[in-house]
Amino acid sequence: MLDLKNISIVFNEGTVDEKKALNDINLSMRKGDFVTVIGSNGAGKSTLMNVIAGNLFPDVGDVLINKKQVVHLPEYKRSRFVGRVFQDPMAGTAPSMTIEENLAMAYSRNKKRRLSFGVNKSRRQMFKEYLETLNLGLEDRLTAKVGLLSGGERQALSLLMTTFTDPDILLLDEHTAALDPSRAELITHLTKEVVAKSGLTTLMVTHNMQQALDLGNRLIMMDKGQIIFEASGKEKDRLRVEDLLREFQRIRGEQFEDDRVVLG
Amino acid sequence: MFISMFGAVESGVIYAIMALGVYLTFRVLDFPDLTVDGSFVTGAAVAALSIINGVPPILATVLAGIAGFLAGTLTGLIHTKGKVNALLAGILMMTALYSINLRILGQPTLSLHTESTIFDQLGNVWAGPIDDFFNGILGIFGLERLPSTWGILIVMFIVTLVIKLVTDYFLKTEIGLAIRAIGDNKRMIRSLSANTDNLTILGVALSNGLVALSGGLIAQLGGFADVGMGIGMIVIGLASVIIGEALFGTRTIARATLAVILGAIIYRMIVTLALRVDWLETGDMKLITAVIVIIALISPKILQAQREKKRRLEKRRSLKSGGGSINA
Repeated sequence: MLDLKNISIVFNEGTVDEKKALNDINLSMRKGDFVTVIGSNGAGKSTLMNVIAGNLFPDVGDVLINKKQVVHLPEYKRSRFVGRVFQDPMAGTAPSMTIEENLAMAYSRNKKRRLSFGVNKSRRQMFKEYLETLNLGLEDRLTAKVGLLSGGERQALSLLMTTFTDPDILLLDEHTAALDPSRAELITHLTKEVVAKSGLTTLMVTHNMQQALDLGNRLIMMDKGQIIFEASGKEKDRLRVEDLLREFQRIRGEQFEDDRVVLG
Repeated sequence: MFISMFGAVESGVIYAIMALGVYLTFRVLDFPDLTVDGSFVTGAAVAALSIINGVPPILATVLAGIAGFLAGTLTGLIHTKGKVNALLAGILMMTALYSINLRILGQPTLSLHTESTIFDQLGNVWAGPIDDFFNGILGIFGLERLPSTWGILIVMFIVTLVIKLVTDYFLKTEIGLAIRAIGDNKRMIRSLSANTDNLTILGVALSNGLVALSGGLIAQLGGFADVGMGIGMIVIGLASVIIGEALFGTRTIARATLAVILGAIIYRMIVTLALRVDWLETGDMKLITAVIVIIALISPKILQAQREKKRRLEKRRSLKSGGGSINA
């Protein structure tokens, strides 16, 4: 489904600030794979996301979606295949537009936009049914402006907007990190549900090791632009947070430096 | 008095088309487009030159709109593909258009007084029973007969209303929703596979198309096209948008576009009233307009700050009078 081959990207090449953000990354995901990505700040997680989404072009390497080379496609073209939920709950929705208008825009993600009404009777009914799955009562507020919703509600809406058109690749970019614990719990739950129901091929970046262990069938750990550890299936199920920290120390010979991954 | 107010509403309805264009860029796209000062004149110049060369006035008016659309396309291209700041892209285009407008006109002012404009033709159709009927009603109230015809006002009302309804519809289509999202959350709509560059260009082009259409009609109403007639046009458009929004609200798109149209008419009425003040001169209008816009932009913030200050003071006072210590 998604194949990353020999992806490398260097920031500020040739200066004192030179940074190898990604260093020969190879990753292959089958349809339905749910990969969680952990790593400390600057490990290259966000860069990896941006390379897949098309915000950043790698210096070398290939990005293949459904065996199709997409490495040179800009973001707006690639988002026909790739859905993305951002960390900032404000980033994924348009605040001064209504809930139904936001859903209508998301519904056009993998279609050509036309000069027909974005919201019509049958679509409104469909949006209602999708919103009901969130259990937040948003189905009764279709014409409310999204800016009136809470952060948790907006993130739930973002998640729905990204997933209800079944993207080939779903990218979750620390999408629960900016929420309070109970809201984060809700979004995590909804994520689990929708990914399982639609069998979405998912890549989730998280700072929270426990979350990375709870979700998905594969886990990768990144550091300094490389994938340094990988586990999947039964092996992943047996892992605990302590194992991950020990593993990191064994490979890198240093302490995992980010408290947030343990506490967060 | 009635006659001058009638004239204000008449031109206000036509300027409303320009204000709708400004609304599209300033409010919908969040793109402060200064091309307007130039494209308004471009519309006037194209319409005037076409009519003088024997093009039917209706077609000349449409050509004016197309010229504005092209000017807006260029501004959009400079901004999106050239990655030039929106304000600067507009200023560059406005400056370039000044020369182009002079070229189109061939001289600083082009008179249409000897030509048959769209309004003359309308007047001919309308003159007679309908005018007599309306003027008869006026006569009952002891008002004088009007210099121009009701036909212009009524037909322009219908034209502006149709443009408003088409705009409302457009902004609710899939393409329109994406254009609105550019002004609201550009990052989101890009991640939803919208080509934000092309949509921005389309939005700015449509906006300037409306502005130039309005310019073409104003030239025909006034009977001339002048290279300087667009100076301050963007501020006038902005004043219309702000006045309309403040008075009539923006809860829905249909409401907002109606507010913009009414704002444009009210602005013209304010101008007419201001010009009746003895010590004000015609040349002062730009200053008055700028002051109106500044007040309209600043006063909500000042009011908000004062309300906030008052709220804090009251809270402090009630705590003090309660005699309790302040715990965080």
